[in-house]
Amino acid sequence: MLDVIWLIPAFPLAGFLLILLFGRRLGEPKSGYLASAMVLASFVVSVGAYFDLLSMDSHERAHIETLFSWVPVSSLQIDMAFLADPLSITMCLFVTGIGFLIHLFAVGYMHGDPNFSKFFLYLNLFVLSMTILVLGENLLVTFLGWEGVGTCSYLLISFWHQRESAATAGKKAFVTNRVGDWGFMLAMFLGFEAVGSVSYHALNGAAEAGSLATSTATGIALLLFVGAVGKSAQLPLYIWLPDAMEGPTPVSALIHAATMVTAGVFLMTRMNPMLAAAAPEASTIIAVVGALTALFAATIAVAQTDIKKVLAYSTVSQLGYMFLAVGSGAFVAAIFHMVTHAFFKALMFLGSGSVIHGMHHEQDMRKMGALRKLMPITAATFIVGWLAIAGVPPFAGFWSKDEILLFALAKGGTWGPILYVVGLVTAVLTAFYMTRQVIMVFFGEAKWESHANAAEAPEGEDEMTHGAHGEFKPHESPPIMLFPLVVLAGLAAVGGLIQLPAFGFIPDGWQHKLEHWLEPVVEAGEAHIAGTSAYDNKELLALLAIACALIGIGVAVAIYAKKLVKPVEPQLLADGWKYDSGVSAFMGGPGRKAFEAIAWFDKNVVDGAVHGVAKLVGGAGGQIRKTQTGNVRNYAGIVGVGVVLLLAWFVIGRGVL
Amino acid sequence: MLAQDDFFLAPGIEWFHLGPVIALVSGALVLLVVGALTPRWPRGLYAYVTALTAAVAGGLAVFNWNDITDDGVSTLVGGALAFDTFAQMITITVCAATLLVALVTDDELRRAGKDGPEVYALFLIAATGAVVMGSANDLILLFLGLETLSLALYVLAASDRERPTSQEAGIKYFVLGGFASAFFLYGIALIYGGTQSTNIGEIIGSFQTSVLLDGKDTLVLAGIALLIVGLGFKVAAVPFHMWTPDVYQGAPTNVTAFMASVGKAGAFAAMLRVLVIALPFHRDDWRPAIWVLAVLSLVIGSVLAVVQTDVKRMLAYSSISHAGFILVGVEAAGHNAGELAPGDGMPSVLTYLLLYSVLTVGSFAVVSLVARNNGGDTSLDAFKGLAQRRPTIALALTVFLLAQAGVPLTSGFIAKWGVIQAAVEEESYAIAIIAMVAAVVAAFLYLRIMVSTWLETGAESTEREAVPFSTGVAVFSAAAFTLLIGVWPGWLLDAAESVTTYAK
Amino acid sequence: MSLFLRDYLTVVWFGLAAILLAGLLLGVAAAVRPSRPSKEKLIAYESGVDPVGMGWSQSQIRYYVFALLFVIFDVEAVFIFPWATAVERYGWFGLITMLIFIVLLLDGLVYAWKRGLLRWV
Repeated sequence: MLDVIWLIPAFPLAGFLLILLFGRRLGEPKSGYLASAMVLASFVVSVGAYFDLLSMDSHERAHIETLFSWVPVSSLQIDMAFLADPLSITMCLFVTGIGFLIHLFAVGYMHGDPNFSKFFLYLNLFVLSMTILVLGENLLVTFLGWEGVGTCSYLLISFWHQRESAATAGKKAFVTNRVGDWGFMLAMFLGFEAVGSVSYHALNGAAEAGSLATSTATGIALLLFVGAVGKSAQLPLYIWLPDAMEGPTPVSALIHAATMVTAGVFLMTRMNPMLAAAAPEASTIIAVVGALTALFAATIAVAQTDIKKVLAYSTVSQLGYMFLAVGSGAFVAAIFHMVTHAFFKALMFLGSGSVIHGMHHEQDMRKMGALRKLMPITAATFIVGWLAIAGVPPFAGFWSKDEILLFALAKGGTWGPILYVVGLVTAVLTAFYMTRQVIMVFFGEAKWESHANAAEAPEGEDEMTHGAHGEFKPHESPPIMLFPLVVLAGLAAVGGLIQLPAFGFIPDGWQHKLEHWLEPVVEAGEAHIAGTSAYDNKELLALLAIACALIGIGVAVAIYAKKLVKPVEPQLLADGWKYDSGVSAFMGGPGRKAFEAIAWFDKNVVDGAVHGVAKLVGGAGGQIRKTQTGNVRNYAGIVGVGVVLLLAWFVIGRGVL
Repeated sequence: MLAQDDFFLAPGIEWFHLGPVIALVSGALVLLVVGALTPRWPRGLYAYVTALTAAVAGGLAVFNWNDITDDGVSTLVGGALAFDTFAQMITITVCAATLLVALVTDDELRRAGKDGPEVYALFLIAATGAVVMGSANDLILLFLGLETLSLALYVLAASDRERPTSQEAGIKYFVLGGFASAFFLYGIALIYGGTQSTNIGEIIGSFQTSVLLDGKDTLVLAGIALLIVGLGFKVAAVPFHMWTPDVYQGAPTNVTAFMASVGKAGAFAAMLRVLVIALPFHRDDWRPAIWVLAVLSLVIGSVLAVVQTDVKRMLAYSSISHAGFILVGVEAAGHNAGELAPGDGMPSVLTYLLLYSVLTVGSFAVVSLVARNNGGDTSLDAFKGLAQRRPTIALALTVFLLAQAGVPLTSGFIAKWGVIQAAVEEESYAIAIIAMVAAVVAAFLYLRIMVSTWLETGAESTEREAVPFSTGVAVFSAAAFTLLIGVWPGWLLDAAESVTTYAK
Repeated sequence: MSLFLRDYLTVVWFGLAAILLAGLLLGVAAAVRPSRPSKEKLIAYESGVDPVGMGWSQSQIRYYVFALLFVIFDVEAVFIFPWATAVERYGWFGLITMLIFIVLLLDGLVYAWKRGLLRWV
């Protein structure tokens, strides 16, 4: 299967082309099934590749498949090549696996949309780009995918571009991501300058061999991190992600929770030897930015009322955890958390999609409540996701979050304990706001009757009558939407199995499976924490983390379910610490002045010059045009003048003189 | 002389290596004779035979290419023809353009009820001429090729007998073309006077072995001047370009496409053969002349294109500006002509020719679709609202125009980048900068067409353009090729590298 | 001045002399002779017979085809005669080459014939 690794992107490409050509003819739902089948095929190939790799010795698990020489310009030799190793195959497995489930979900969710085929066209294009991103053998191929997923992301955010807010959100994502791409490109140039190649093999090889100056490695690592900050929505560039929720919910689940936004984490992991070669400050900066983002976004999530906005800020926060892991040298933990997060966050996004679908596109949580009776499967699966993200054992999120915290503490120095505490506080907040959401949506009393057109008793009604006469009633989603939920819930529940910690009660064969699998890729950068006091007390730390989760849940239950305390939701938090509006205000105030000055310069100086040239061209054109009389004699005359001049030049200019 | 020569050694004829020429000539003969002897062939068969012939000839050129890679370069038929990748690349270019033009012509003729073998036979004969020009290793043979190409083109330009403008185009082209051919022939005579040979290999030899007398050198210099006049006319370089707008506009659109692709490819191939290959010893003499022609063509072509209102005429001026770009490559090739490391000039010119040929045929094919819908109107107004009526065709046109403007990720960028990079490598910074400025000016022109196509709405009454199958195939494959080369140019650039090893 | 151009000085001198001589003779004649034009004197000279029609007259387009065919076969002859004088020396190569040449011309003739260009209409 490794020789045909190109099939992984080829299937979505085929789907993209087929839908492009025949999409309108296929229509709904065939184009949706076609797109899903293509992603499923990619998943099957990924599984095959996984078993192929498994059958090899752990240190031979890297296969480069070169398709063609892409840019063969003297010293700049770049191949269109794919790299199949444990990291890229892990990414492929969950990108295509979760991608397939979300495709299925979308078939139900997008039912009746006039642009049904176009949606799946973009989705397949996205999967294509994402697989290219993770399979790329060099920075340029990854960058191709990087830009591709970005493009799809803008297209899909503004999918309902008739809505002003959706179009604006698309633009915002585009502009913000440019800033990050700038970092990626500079990193690529710097890497080429220093090593003479942009392939991971060469760059990481040089970093491992120590032939790179520490300053160069730091530069590359930090510039790549700038790229990752843009794509993975970290401080200060996170502002596009909450707005990206304007896109259809399956898009939020696939792109803005499970896959694309984790590309930054993937990139840092891919370049882990570079990080190891960089000065320790680089790692610390990454860890601090990650931890700050985690805490910052968690505080905002506490006060959101839009069901998707809570999940969006939660995603930003969880991505912060992953960068905290990267900065602490816990690359395995970062990937582990990426995978578990993909399970439970995709699950919850799809769950929220199911709720929104059932509530007829109502997203305000204050208008929900008691939905568990009407949407039992959605509610049950959502609750599994909630337990997972809140960090309740044995659900997946607990294991990965715990491992990150362990590494943060083991990092030591001044920053280690601070980062650990920030992480713990974030964990409490996470448990709190997720519990708040679950209670507001699924428990308590139903608040949605109040705004229904006709007051109908919810119980005992025939489900099929809803909407027919303007009466309003939430309903459970069709099976095609529930199936992915159930599968993801299963994964979110047991996903922790892939990387169980070395606790005494866990059998040896079950421990650290992911770490053994990823070892050839991350051995250069992974921190070694065995022997630190944090590691020795890991069971204790785990108990502390469980306690934090339970505190968060308990407080939320006390406030929102038992109503013991009146909820405090400061407007400042609901507004996201005024960061977003502050940026807008700056851009609208002093920033705008600067832009206006530039615009004035552009209009009067640059355009003046351009217009001047245009006028000149027009005028000169008019004059020269007069020679074009249409008269053969004149033409021949001009040719004759040319002959005389040329002869004069050659015979007199070069010959005689 | 011949009477005293008792030994006549018949030159060897390498039939297989002559394959492309033989294929083209036989295709033309079959069309002409069989076509005349049999009743009208069923729909499209003339065009398909032509396309097939061109494809076979192109395929044979590819076989030849492999032979050359394996066995090295050589000359054919007693040193008359060069057998090198240069010649094969021109052959492939010419055949590809002929194939596309044949597909476009099919609908154009049949719709007008004028289907017949003549036009196709003339296409193939003209293509033969261009191929011979590209492979000639003898100035006389080169002239034969030139005339074969030109005579066929004169007739083709006038082939729409019902339109007076077509007649006018034909006669103008004929008179001025004859004028220029005379200069070219006179140039060959003067070169012969100076070097005692018309064979390119022997011409080079004569410069290598003998120190020229003063007067003979003047003969050669005057000869070069006249050769440049003849070639400059054929490639439509300013100031020998005057015929181009009138003829391009007047001739039937498919013929214009053919002239702009095959005509240009043949003429530039001849220019490289004559100047770079045969006359490297005078490179410092002819290079400044080419420099001036290039700059004039770039500036005047781009500037005049902008003030036009007829799309065909615009494309005619833009072809002059493209000729300027290619001349930049020729100028770059002139710096190291004849040396072991001849630089990137020649490969860049040949790449440009191939890419431009496909582009221009695609552009003119779209123009012909639009014109047919409007009763032959090719003004900018006719393109208004094309995007609403035929979005895919408008998209293809946009691809071609973007490529002509040299936008990255299209083949046009690769072409323009190649010649400018070659110029920069030879430190001809001035011409490189002028070329880039001209590209910016010309971009405005392409933008104008795109604006008409996409942003302005046409008259309500305008019907949707009919897109016949074969034209659709031609437009689609040209657009696909343009994009393909744009993102994946490596193989072509690699292949073009080898043309600097040429036979002589 | 280069040796090459000096060779051509003779031509220049001859040319100048010719112009001078002709101009001198015509000029002297014009200066001396009387000028008394009449209608008869101004009509075009056509071998002593009164001219018929205008100076511009169109010939039949049909002659054009014949003129063209004549030129083609004339050119053919120009190539064939020198070859015929040395057939043996050029041997099979010459024969085949010439056959190809003739066949090509014949093709043209067949085409013209089938298109009805040879019929006098």
